[in-house]
Amino acid sequence: MMDFLKRFSRNRGAVIGALILITVILLAVFAPLIYPDSPWKMVQRPFLPPFSTEGFPLGTDTLGRDVAAGLVHGARVSLIVGLVSTLVALLIGVPLGAFAGFYGGLIDDGAMRFTEFFQTIPNFALAIVLVAILEPTLPTITLAIAIVSWPPVARLVRAEVLSLRKREFVDAARLAGLSNSRILFGHVLPNAMSPIIVMASLMVATAILLESSLSFLGLGDPNIMSWGYMIGAARTVIRSAWWLSFIPGVAILLTVLALNLIGEGLNDALNPRLARKGR
Amino acid sequence: MRNLVTASLLTVAMGLPAAAQDSGGRLDIVLQPEPPSLMLGMVQNAPTQLVAGDIFESLLRYDTDLNPQPSLAKSWEISEDALTYTFKLHEDVKWHDGEPFTSADVVFAVDKLLRETNPRLRVSLEHVESITAPDDHTVVFQLKNPFGPFIGVFEAGTMPILPKHIYEGTDYLNNPANNTPIGTGPYKFNEWEKGNYIHLVKNEDYYLDDQPYLDEVYYRIIPDAASRAVAFENGEVDVLPGGSVENWDVKRLVEMDGVCSTGKGWEYFAPHAMAWMNNREGPTADKNFRKAVMYAMDREFVRDVIWNGFGKVATSPVSSKTNFYTDDTIMYDHNAEKAEEMLAASGYDGEEVRILPLPYGETWQRWAEAMKQNLDEVGINSTVVATDVAGWNQKQSDWDFDIAFTYLYQYGDPALGVSRSYLSSNIEKGSPWNNVAGYVNEEVDAMFDEAAVAATPEARQELYTKIQQQLVDDVPVAWLLEIEFPTIYRCEVKDLVTTAIGVNDGLRDAWIEQ
Repeated sequence: MMDFLKRFSRNRGAVIGALILITVILLAVFAPLIYPDSPWKMVQRPFLPPFSTEGFPLGTDTLGRDVAAGLVHGARVSLIVGLVSTLVALLIGVPLGAFAGFYGGLIDDGAMRFTEFFQTIPNFALAIVLVAILEPTLPTITLAIAIVSWPPVARLVRAEVLSLRKREFVDAARLAGLSNSRILFGHVLPNAMSPIIVMASLMVATAILLESSLSFLGLGDPNIMSWGYMIGAARTVIRSAWWLSFIPGVAILLTVLALNLIGEGLNDALNPRLARKGR
Repeated sequence: MRNLVTASLLTVAMGLPAAAQDSGGRLDIVLQPEPPSLMLGMVQNAPTQLVAGDIFESLLRYDTDLNPQPSLAKSWEISEDALTYTFKLHEDVKWHDGEPFTSADVVFAVDKLLRETNPRLRVSLEHVESITAPDDHTVVFQLKNPFGPFIGVFEAGTMPILPKHIYEGTDYLNNPANNTPIGTGPYKFNEWEKGNYIHLVKNEDYYLDDQPYLDEVYYRIIPDAASRAVAFENGEVDVLPGGSVENWDVKRLVEMDGVCSTGKGWEYFAPHAMAWMNNREGPTADKNFRKAVMYAMDREFVRDVIWNGFGKVATSPVSSKTNFYTDDTIMYDHNAEKAEEMLAASGYDGEEVRILPLPYGETWQRWAEAMKQNLDEVGINSTVVATDVAGWNQKQSDWDFDIAFTYLYQYGDPALGVSRSYLSSNIEKGSPWNNVAGYVNEEVDAMFDEAAVAATPEARQELYTKIQQQLVDDVPVAWLLEIEFPTIYRCEVKDLVTTAIGVNDGLRDAWIEQ
């Protein structure tokens, strides 16, 4: 573990990313303590610019709602959607890819054709269709993002398992009389974990972007304050109140950037032999 | 006793300063969206009327107080028993193709053509016994019973006079002339480049001296709201009719130098924003709960912030711009304490109340959010439902809502545009335009029926005052705002909005300061 942390902290970008993400997580966790009122509450004159009025560091939006409160509460939504949808995508993608790679043959063919079916439809278009059919609420949006995100996981896991199952330790396990499922879940998958973890960190970032894009298009849950909603609602006033779109935009940028940096750091830490030379 | 109502051509001459107008110039007006056709009386779309209101005319126009003004009719008389309407027509009117216009055109257009093609006029024509033309320049409408709103139906969008010599004996809706409309109006149709513009030119033979003043008019089709705002900023267009840019842009545009705006020109339609409250089931079935909603809402905030100060808080089912409005009713101010009191009286148990917004853009979405917030603050547990236009139609038609935003036109008279939302005979699944809330009150039904055919305005006012008092006490719907869609234009353009339908028929009098 110490070893892992040491390698991770050698990547300066990853450390910065981790710090940003920890800040966002802390804001999200303590949102109800920092801003106990609903972020929808109309509290001041509309269109106050940032730093112009005490108590409203980021100003107010088109209806006089506190932008800072929206930002903090929006962090909860973004993180929850990102984490839960990634988790669901992993729950679909990992077993499917693992079975396909481990058993091969017809199972592999069937699973991969099924995966390709999803891969041929552009992610975002499919997400829009799903949300539009299911009616936009937080659970349906999360589900839609998960459904469009799992195919790459399945392919990655399959490739990993394909190469691992020919290794000697698998043969040894087989000779020791272990069952197929024990070999797969007890020996093969744990060795495939590091690329999956790296990929998952990047998927969280993509999921946050997807949720924001859906909300921007007005396909968000209308009762939930999210960053994408804030940008979408502010786009009609971008000429007169640019900060209303800019501030949540920066929040998305920083969070997604942080997750990408962490992903890279994890990659370095988990695959030391692949770490780029010359640093 | 009712005096004979007469008006003469003089009103026009007196209404405008003589010989002050400059002639000439070109006007560019935004048209949004592109209309399916320009045939007024056959299609009812708002953009159709915006263009065709200058090609076709009706017998009358209405000023911004809804008083009838001469148009094709230079004077008119209503008999003392309110059953005979006699119109004297202008004598030197020509159709755009040079044929003379006579009373035979009026009889044909109203009795034959529009009766078939315009359902909204057909309802009013049910009160008409006969339409006759005693001579070439006189038309007489004989009614079966007094029908007060009748004087309000002679408007170009409701009753455009179309040429008999072109339409008689043809299939009206498929007549090839529909693509090149021939009217009597101040401007002639010249060219329609689809997706780009509609071009009208001055009618040199117009029957009013010196009018119209403009040489040509371009209606520019620009599909995107932001591009329309930019086109106005660049000086590419001179007029943004109401509703053609997002509300948030209105503020920026009217603050530009040399830009004027007016909220007038919507008095005939008087768009009345309201929220249906489901009178059948759920918490909104309780009268006290509905009152709580009225007290909870901060409608002035909505007017000032979301509508940029345009419009007026609605206090009654009848708009203050419509005839027979009364302010002698209960007034619901923004009062959280009273709302909580009413809520307690209703025995509300925290059941979730679904708010269905009107999916017409950001303005309405913000409005629903503000309402939800207002309701939450007095302890009503509400959620905003996500919807699109089809879903909004569907949910209202199926009565699948608790509170649903909408706005409706009033057409100048409660019998034409108000009673339809409250009559129990008008409750029918499948349409979002009838008594969607499901309000049933036999007493109100009877008063509405009586008021429509009452002989004198005084008698009608008395009934409509009682109706409004009763309705405001029952609050079957939450009245929100009398909407004004500001018309934004360059200040050199004068007399653009002089009637109750504004730019729709305003170009007859409009001129550009040179």
